Amino acid sequence: MDEPGVSVDFTLSELMVAAAAREIRDHEVVFVGMRLPLIAFVVAKQTHAPNAIGLFENGVIRSTPARELIYTMADPPNLLGATQCLDMLGVMSLLQSGRVHLGFLGAAEVDRFGNLNSTEVRGEKGKVRLPGSGGACDIASLAQRFVVLLEHSRQRLPLRVSYRTSPGNGDGAGWRHRVGLPRGGPAAVITTKAVLRFDEAGEAYLASVHPGVEASDVMANTGWELKVSRQVAETQAPAKDELRAIREYDKDGFWTR
Amino acid sequence: MTKLMNMQQAIAELVPDGASVALGLQMEQMIPFAAGHEIMRQKKRRLTLIGPISDILFDQMIAAGCASHVIAAWVGNVMMGSAYNFRRAVERDGLAVTNLTNFTVALALQAAAMGVPFLPTRTALGSDVARDNEFFTEFQSPFTGETLHAVRALVPDVAIVHVQRADAEGNAHCWGNLGVMVEAVRAAKRVIVVAEEIVAPEVIASDPNRTVIPGFLVSAVVECSFGAHPSPVQGYYKRDDAFFRDYHEQTRTEESSRKWLDEWVRGLAGRSEYRQRLGAQRVQALGVKNHAYAAPADFGY
Repeated sequence: MDEPGVSVDFTLSELMVAAAAREIRDHEVVFVGMRLPLIAFVVAKQTHAPNAIGLFENGVIRSTPARELIYTMADPPNLLGATQCLDMLGVMSLLQSGRVHLGFLGAAEVDRFGNLNSTEVRGEKGKVRLPGSGGACDIASLAQRFVVLLEHSRQRLPLRVSYRTSPGNGDGAGWRHRVGLPRGGPAAVITTKAVLRFDEAGEAYLASVHPGVEASDVMANTGWELKVSRQVAETQAPAKDELRAIREYDKDGFWTR
Repeated sequence: MTKLMNMQQAIAELVPDGASVALGLQMEQMIPFAAGHEIMRQKKRRLTLIGPISDILFDQMIAAGCASHVIAAWVGNVMMGSAYNFRRAVERDGLAVTNLTNFTVALALQAAAMGVPFLPTRTALGSDVARDNEFFTEFQSPFTGETLHAVRALVPDVAIVHVQRADAEGNAHCWGNLGVMVEAVRAAKRVIVVAEEIVAPEVIASDPNRTVIPGFLVSAVVECSFGAHPSPVQGYYKRDDAFFRDYHEQTRTEESSRKWLDEWVRGLAGRSEYRQRLGAQRVQALGVKNHAYAAPADFGY
């Protein structure tokens, strides 16, 4: 997965996990999700956010990460030693009442205003049916903010999603309030090339490029004319303790190699 | 009164063609695969499948031709991504799908459980999930005037749940994540409880906080050890990750899916043959290696 020019000391997935981990602040309540964000939660807990709390939509609440790698949120290690193991309505109620600071999401498409599609896309041979929302629409609707992880390509970052599974900023600033959403919206999109953030108009802009990636490459692979922040930073490489936490957890590299 | 039945009987009597069936209610834990496989063996048709997510069980039932409608938030293979038979059925054959979200599946079932026509929520406002969807309508709060979604009540004809232990009347203990199981059991017209073990009523009564299903809501109780494989049952066996990976590889085409169904479902008489096919070694490897018992709770006075 290494891009040319990127130090061989870490993989792109590891960089994305470290970037995602830094979105979690200490003492925050986080809807964790699976795959890379799950590992980001582990990293954050072991580094800068030891008091973060993790919520899972199956009803699990954890103040410590599962002690071994899990593939789904209901794997037995995620239940052992949990703070609470109850029902979905309970954790979704915490989300709706505004107690969840941050949620992580993946998607097939993310657009200029941070709307997400995970329901269906138009492929070369016609419609491609994807698995669907799961809890993504709920997290995007109700968390105080959400962060998306996805592969960077023109296809995955269209001007407008063809189906708005999970609401971002709709068609711009003020939209969420107009449709009745209580709060929230996208805070960052962490891609395989860059980190995008959102301006006052609710539109995505290029905030940082990953080491070895040119801003022009990011622009060329985005489906609209991406705004660029005055100073495009370089995404911070994973620190040693972050890398150690990632590799201890994902020993075989199922998610990060 | 005992409600014990074998799986064949329970499915034959309680899951008619055309029924709406709620399954996989505890998310990725305790998915009632044994019951689902019996439904496929009995060639049930025109079922509406209801569930928040479905970790490959819906995909199998769709491949076997059992389903004509799916009401769900997510259908696929959780660790691998898409499920091919679901995709083929939607993209090519026009399988009817009603898209919900996890929260709104829970709310639809909870509304039915409470005996009200809908429940209000703030989720999915502005989402395409709610557009042209009979489960959603926007309304103004009669108290505050705020815009909300009403989520329509959903009454399954049958809910099938897998639990660790139950008595013969259907009083059931379950521990681990519950997902939307309790709401679905209260919402459904009939409930089938599949248990790893049948225990004496005294065992269930000793810990009423763990009784997630009161027996009077239950139509049938089926004893079926290893009945949730390849999904995990806390305290009994772990998730068979390799099985989910293999399923992904082995069901890429219609023909290979047929072969898979013949091997793992249609060619087997029931769960004991399924278990034999897995092999003692694999079954043993999935078993609990380090027990972790909860501290006892004193109900004395």
